[in-house]
Amino acid sequence: MITMKEVWKTYPNGVMAINGIDIHIDKSEFVYVVGPSGAGKSTFIKLMYREEKPTRGTIKIGDEELSKIKERHIPLLRRKIGVVFQDFKLLPSLSVYENVAFALEVIEESKANIRKRVMQVLDIVRLKNKARFLPHELSGGEQQRVAIARAIVNNPSVLIADEPTGNLDPETSWEIMKILEEINDRGTTIVMATHNKEIVNTMRKRVIAIEGGRVARDDAKGGYGYER
Amino acid sequence: MKGRTLGRHVKEGGKNLVRNGWMTFASISAVTIMLFVVGAFLLLIMNINEFADSLEDDVEVRVFIDLTADEENQSELETEIQDIDMVQTVDFVAKEDGLESLITSFGDQGTYLESLREENPLNDVFVVQAQDPQQTQVLAEEIQTLSYVDDVEYGADIVEQLFSVTNIMRYAGIVLIVGLMFTAMFLIANTIKITIIARKREIQIMKLVGATNGFIRWPFFVEGLLLGVLGAIIPISALSYGYVKLVEVVQGTPELSFLTMTPPNPLILQMGGLLLGIGAFIGIWGSMMSVRKFLKV
Repeated sequence: MITMKEVWKTYPNGVMAINGIDIHIDKSEFVYVVGPSGAGKSTFIKLMYREEKPTRGTIKIGDEELSKIKERHIPLLRRKIGVVFQDFKLLPSLSVYENVAFALEVIEESKANIRKRVMQVLDIVRLKNKARFLPHELSGGEQQRVAIARAIVNNPSVLIADEPTGNLDPETSWEIMKILEEINDRGTTIVMATHNKEIVNTMRKRVIAIEGGRVARDDAKGGYGYER
Repeated sequence: MKGRTLGRHVKEGGKNLVRNGWMTFASISAVTIMLFVVGAFLLLIMNINEFADSLEDDVEVRVFIDLTADEENQSELETEIQDIDMVQTVDFVAKEDGLESLITSFGDQGTYLESLREENPLNDVFVVQAQDPQQTQVLAEEIQTLSYVDDVEYGADIVEQLFSVTNIMRYAGIVLIVGLMFTAMFLIANTIKITIIARKREIQIMKLVGATNGFIRWPFFVEGLLLGVLGAIIPISALSYGYVKLVEVVQGTPELSFLTMTPPNPLILQMGGLLLGIGAFIGIWGSMMSVRKFLKV
């Protein structure tokens, strides 16, 4: 599903974030990306949804090679990839329903389809009864669930999560993880960058550890491996 | 693009105008002032042009025939004038007719001139028109050399001065208009830039969920268009109303009858269309300018 070959990324200011990464992630895999702050985790994630371009090397998602995608076709790629962030990135003036529907509005879905799909995903994240609420009326965990609903409403084949539990307490974090696991069970590939040792050690999945812009460890059922 | 989406863009664009109340007001005012000056200049220049054109058509050489010339001499002179290449028409105005029209032109007060009929002080006159009004001066000089010509009179120098005045006004107008257009465009670009900074997060999210640049740009396009068009409404209505009134006043005042004004129809329609077009153009241009760099997320 996701293949990186000899990927290097040096920022214009000279920071060498990624220094030769080779990685392959299969369809329906669930992968944690761990590593100390500043090790290149964020860049690694950003390369996947084409927020950043590699300086060298190739990245493929499905059949598409990201560096060959024309600037104006990036939106088409983004529709196949769901992205979830630590700070949720919801639009404060829109209701839960509208926030999720937004992702379908931009691809000009019909109203009836939008309604159907939004209600489906709100059901998956168990927020159907709060569809009319505004983001600030929800708890952090609920807001993150809205963000997840928005990320998967397009039926993307890959869901990329950058520290999705970073702002949440342990209990809420587990709620989010359960939902992510459910989504993964439906066949969506999930790549999740995290600092959460407890989660990585308990819900055992493949772990890719990045240090100094390289893959330091890649275990099929590894633990967190860092002492915070 | 589907109709439903267009509806959404228009709604979004309108919402932004309201959301940025004061900046919207400032931009619309800038467009209004700019278009007001543009429109006023336009009306002025059009009228001066028309006035100059009508004067130019009126340019003729009045050839005063020497009082000593008899009829034979006169017809000799007429053929000589007609033989000049540049001449289009030659009309003979007998001194009796000349006096008659002079008296009539004075209206009621003309009766005082009746006594002149006893001893007519006027000359017989040939009224000569050049094929091209620009040749009038050369023509007049040539006629001056013929025999039995007492004097020649022509108004070309006045026309030339008038034309140099219209040219200066035209250039000054263009410079002023371009300057004002840039000011208005800058203000609109700035207004929209501020609205975009406020909506940067929204744009970022739109891009993350796969919105195309076109989709993101549309509401700003609508916003710019509305700024320009709203800014054009006041100057168009004020200038149209003002111009129609002015023409009425000028035509109703005998002392100003020498002023030929361009009729309001279709002039104000053309002016309105042009102002609307300029307003829409700078609105859209200003907004597109400022969106451009925010789209590179």
